[in-house]
Amino acid sequence: MTRSPETSHVMSASDMDRALTRIAHEIVESHRGVEGLLLLGIPRRGTILARRLGERLARIDPAFDPEQAIGSLDITLYRDDLRAHGARTPEPTKIPGAGIDGATVVLVDDVLYSGRTVRAALDALQALGRPAVVRLAVLVDRGHRELPIRSDHVGKNLPTSRDERVSVLLDEVDRVPRSEEAVVIQRGRASQAGER
Amino acid sequence: MRSTPTAATLILGALPYGEAPEDVLIAEGRIAAVGPDARIQAEQLQEVTTIEAAGLIMLPGMVDLHTHLREPGREDAETVETGSRAAAKGGFTAVHAMANSSPVADSAGVVEQVHRLGRASGWTEVYPVGAVTVGLAGERLAELGAMAESSAQVRMFSDDGMCVHNPVLMRRALEYVKTVDGFIAQHAQEPLLTEGAQMNEGDVSAVLGLPGWPAVAEESIIARDVLLAQHVGSRLHICHVSTAGSVEIIRWAKERGIDVTAEVTPHHLLLTDELVRGYDPVYKVNPPLRTGADVEALRAGLADGTIDIIGTDHAPHPTQAKECEWSAAAMGMTGLETALPVVIKTMISTGLMGWRRFAEVTSIKPAQIYRHAHQGRPLKPGEPANLILVDAGATQTVDPAGHASKGRNSPFRGMELPGAVRATFLQGHPVVLDGELNSPLSEAAARAAEQSQVQS
Amino acid sequence: MRHLLSTADLSHAQALSILDTAEEMAAVSTREVKKLPTLRGRTVVNLFFEDSTRTRISFEAAAKRLSADVMNFSAKGSSVSKGESLKDTVQTLEAIGADAIVMRHWASGAAAQLAASDWTDCAVINAGDGTHEHPTQALLDALTLRRGWSAAQGQDPRGTDLTGMRVLIVGDILHSRVARSNIWLLRTLGADVGLVAPATLLPVGVEKWPVNVYYSLDEALGSGPEAGPDAIMMLRVQAERMGGAYFPTAAEYTRRWGLTDERLARLEAHRGAAGQRPMILHPGPMNRGVEISAAAADSPMNQVLDQVSHGVSVRMAVLHLLLSSSERNTA
Ligand SMILES: [Zn+2]
Repeated sequence: MTRSPETSHVMSASDMDRALTRIAHEIVESHRGVEGLLLLGIPRRGTILARRLGERLARIDPAFDPEQAIGSLDITLYRDDLRAHGARTPEPTKIPGAGIDGATVVLVDDVLYSGRTVRAALDALQALGRPAVVRLAVLVDRGHRELPIRSDHVGKNLPTSRDERVSVLLDEVDRVPRSEEAVVIQRGRASQAGER
Repeated sequence: MRSTPTAATLILGALPYGEAPEDVLIAEGRIAAVGPDARIQAEQLQEVTTIEAAGLIMLPGMVDLHTHLREPGREDAETVETGSRAAAKGGFTAVHAMANSSPVADSAGVVEQVHRLGRASGWTEVYPVGAVTVGLAGERLAELGAMAESSAQVRMFSDDGMCVHNPVLMRRALEYVKTVDGFIAQHAQEPLLTEGAQMNEGDVSAVLGLPGWPAVAEESIIARDVLLAQHVGSRLHICHVSTAGSVEIIRWAKERGIDVTAEVTPHHLLLTDELVRGYDPVYKVNPPLRTGADVEALRAGLADGTIDIIGTDHAPHPTQAKECEWSAAAMGMTGLETALPVVIKTMISTGLMGWRRFAEVTSIKPAQIYRHAHQGRPLKPGEPANLILVDAGATQTVDPAGHASKGRNSPFRGMELPGAVRATFLQGHPVVLDGELNSPLSEAAARAAEQSQVQS
Repeated sequence: MRHLLSTADLSHAQALSILDTAEEMAAVSTREVKKLPTLRGRTVVNLFFEDSTRTRISFEAAAKRLSADVMNFSAKGSSVSKGESLKDTVQTLEAIGADAIVMRHWASGAAAQLAASDWTDCAVINAGDGTHEHPTQALLDALTLRRGWSAAQGQDPRGTDLTGMRVLIVGDILHSRVARSNIWLLRTLGADVGLVAPATLLPVGVEKWPVNVYYSLDEALGSGPEAGPDAIMMLRVQAERMGGAYFPTAAEYTRRWGLTDERLARLEAHRGAAGQRPMILHPGPMNRGVEISAAAADSPMNQVLDQVSHGVSVRMAVLHLLLSSSERNTA
């Protein structure tokens, strides 16, 4: 990943770590435990963040079983803006054995922007069953919502302008060393397809 | 405005056969003088048009033994008038209209009609070709004698479009035309081997899933017919040779002394079946475009004399006949207005032949095959002034919309080709000047010129 | 990717993208709600110049599961047979507002011509053109083969190809659009392809294709349990090829090139590298007793029903990928 001079860092690797730990505590607090909790990450970065959140939840409460309580929810086929963003191969949707019926589903994504991804995720959930509660956890909320959607758990609220581009750089996707993971803003560019 | 052949033209500095520059005076339908004499004699004349032709190559007017003019019957595709205009622009001073009109030119009535229409148009000489068999059906001989004795004086007979595939009938036809000093031009295509065929059978047809047209379907008929021609001692002309194997068979036949001549089209000298990959029906033609190896063999055969002449197989079609599925599309391409540039590109620019040989294959030899006394003649004083001026250095991008032919089905569309016909003189009259149609030869003049041919 | 005309146009990455997407589509088909909103507001036209109820229904189901509006235009017995040209028909569909045209046509190359023309901006999907290609059939075959091949190796099929798989295609290669599309796609995916047919039903020039050619099915099946193919695809023999035109009799064809009970027994004895049995595929409809025996048709090794359901998944994948990337809609 080459970084142009207009790139500025808004979160470091340790900022991200702390934010995830805080979100994990918030989730346990608001749900009053881990029973019936299901984390669904939105590919690709949301899936990775969901796994990291799950590790923290297991540390907070050993009753949390990442095998049974973490999955992924691809929303490619539910988007209403594919025409603008172009087709992509859907990532797998993996729902752990018990399914979503009656669960407290926490959707996990990297950046919350227009809200269209989340809307698509809600549609996708509907096709899979009927959760008791759906919550939303994001690492960054950059504003500019186009739909009446809000996040329940936020790592960082980040005021941005529309011509900026926010990227979450992760080891598993972006091939940066874990210690150099970061959230960065690039200026003067239209938002990219991966940003939602 | 129609001029008379008495008007004189002085051409300054043209290069006969691409050689040393000469002045040439044309008067009374003939070449009056070549060299210093031309200016001197011109000064004696009342009315002389002078053409600056420095750098332009002077050649005998081209003669096409293979043209489809579509009239009568398919006037939406072409008429004798529009086809003649296309011929003049392309540098042809004589064309031979194939018999597959509707009705078929298998009787004296039809060939006389086509001949009359040609003389009335006055852009080029039009000679009808008579059908070999009634209705091109390949079943019984047409009235070859009646067509020969008609005012059209047909000497060339062909079922082109169809093959005279019955060997007995072909033998009889070859024998019978001896009695009228004629010859048979065979469209060599074994019909049973090409049922439903859509393109050359080979690597490309295998991938495209189009029924193949094997080379052997052409070669087997040529092999049979040269042996028949030898057996009965008659003249045989092979239309549009398209395969390397055909060239070899004809070479063998000529070595044996068989009286066979052969023709190749400009498109078979340049295009290959690779073009079919896009399924654009503009490349659908009979015989089909073949492989690169075939193209090489055809060029070599034309250069070494195995193949005698260029024949355009100009085959105009209305737009809808090509704007459809490949297998539903009509076969054929226009060719009169692109023949000269394509032959320059494939044979002259490649160094395979010079302008003398160009004159032979486009004019002298086809005229000899038909036994025309006034076409394909030397560029010498006293000879009929059927000639063209060619700008070999020009290049033009082919735009069928600008063609005089009604047909827009040129496979060379968009190609940049070398050489351009600047002027065409038909019996001394400039039917084309500055690359554009000028005016036709008057009917009276055409008749007079024909009369003078008979007397000479 | 703008159109799907031929599997020869597909790169390895594009082929995998279609197959991986099809896997997700297949997963959706097992859900309670089988419908996706992906192509809401889009119109897909099934333009069939040749009858094929199976293919049409498969495309129709695929488009409907993606929430597209579907129009079926059977050009047989319509104005087309009264001389209306392909051009006029297509321009009519364009005016109606079609986004994609799924075309089955009797003429080889018709889909390519449509895609190259300026008659329409629609995405064009070749649903079989003459004796040229039938790309979605090959893709569904590949999906079926990949399922079996990856399962034998204990892998998730996503992201994998067919490297090392040995596939025989048996029958009328010359006139088969299914065979052509399969050969190019299977080679792209890394499979070894063998063609088995009488010489009359192989195209001239087949020796230059990247395949092994056998005149004898017995030879192609090999001897010994390790020598056999991993999959065998039996092509349908058309009635008009029989009766001396391309081979003497149906009985002789069956004897030499049919998947008979004896050959089925040999296949049953075969074990692939991972111990799996060979798969039997057929594009359908099967001529029982001609190219395939009743026992082979009903064998558990036969994938014919899976092929049908995979057909819907693959066509959903193709419609999704083409219609959501179609250039004219990005403006
Ligand atoms: Zn012909």
